[in-house]
Amino acid sequence: MTSSSLSDIVFMLLFFFMVTTQMRETENKVVVKIPEASEVVKLERKDLNSYINIGSPIKSLQAQYGTEARIQLNDSFKTTDDIRDFIAAERESKSEADRQFMTVSIRADQDVRMGIITDVKQELRRCSALKIMYSARKGGE
Amino acid sequence: MNTSSTADIAFLLLCYFLMTTTMGSQTGLSRRLPPMPDKDQKVEDQKINRRNIIVVKINSADRILAGSEAIVVTQLKDKIKEFLTNPTDNPNLPEKEEQEIEGYGKCLVSKGVISLQNDRGTSYQAYIAVQNELVKAVNELRDEFSMKAYGKPFIKLDEDKQAIVKKAVPQNISEAEPKDVGKRRR
Repeated sequence: MTSSSLSDIVFMLLFFFMVTTQMRETENKVVVKIPEASEVVKLERKDLNSYINIGSPIKSLQAQYGTEARIQLNDSFKTTDDIRDFIAAERESKSEADRQFMTVSIRADQDVRMGIITDVKQELRRCSALKIMYSARKGGE
Repeated sequence: MNTSSTADIAFLLLCYFLMTTTMGSQTGLSRRLPPMPDKDQKVEDQKINRRNIIVVKINSADRILAGSEAIVVTQLKDKIKEFLTNPTDNPNLPEKEEQEIEGYGKCLVSKGVISLQNDRGTSYQAYIAVQNELVKAVNELRDEFSMKAYGKPFIKLDEDKQAIVKKAVPQNISEAEPKDVGKRRR
């Protein structure tokens, strides 16, 4: 049996995955189980997206931070006051033409209370980052 | 040259990428927040006729109040659809205004606004479920409209026609200033 083509096929697969996927840029420090919804839409421009993760800290950090829901921006726990700087930095990193299309994805755990999300929303309004997206999985029905 | 190990190496690489990357595309419910009002600006523009507004409240126990009656989340869609279409021209439901839409012509557009209020103790899941029902109601109305006007579901229309349908069936969901529902004020 000749298996010389096998490596070529595998390399093809490898390239496919390298092109279609993206690296996990940040490590999750909060547990986020995204709620389900049936009317979800796809995000058009992934590169113009900033993420705000909200949820309770992962198991290994609970001893230090407790189980109360917290906000994670980039790689660390933050409070609502830090959102302003975060948005400013994210804005700065996009090209000028794209800034108006910047979207903030709120990835919140389904058991989080709305209080913290309302605070985040108010802060986003204050920074005039008005395009938001509530992350949700396709499902339900 | 012996090349039998190349496949193994490539497989290892493949496994590495499979583990470290995220495939799924991001999905969610898109929203536009209202801009923050200026401090000096007087609050006067918010004068909407009472009949044109339906208040959907979610309290801290995730119970839903739409208008003046308590309902469950599965009833919400039909309630909203009835509110937005007002099929019997009920004087308590929103008025409709004839609007000239470019590329389509005259069309009755509902002036109804859905105002969503939640408590600080509302769970995110319930909030998304309600948001989802609101979007679903509007989407179904858009589908009905586009079936009537173009004989195709909304998704299959081209961009110009989608814009027309969006104007004819607007999605007016307001998440105005946060208020505490059924709990003491902060």
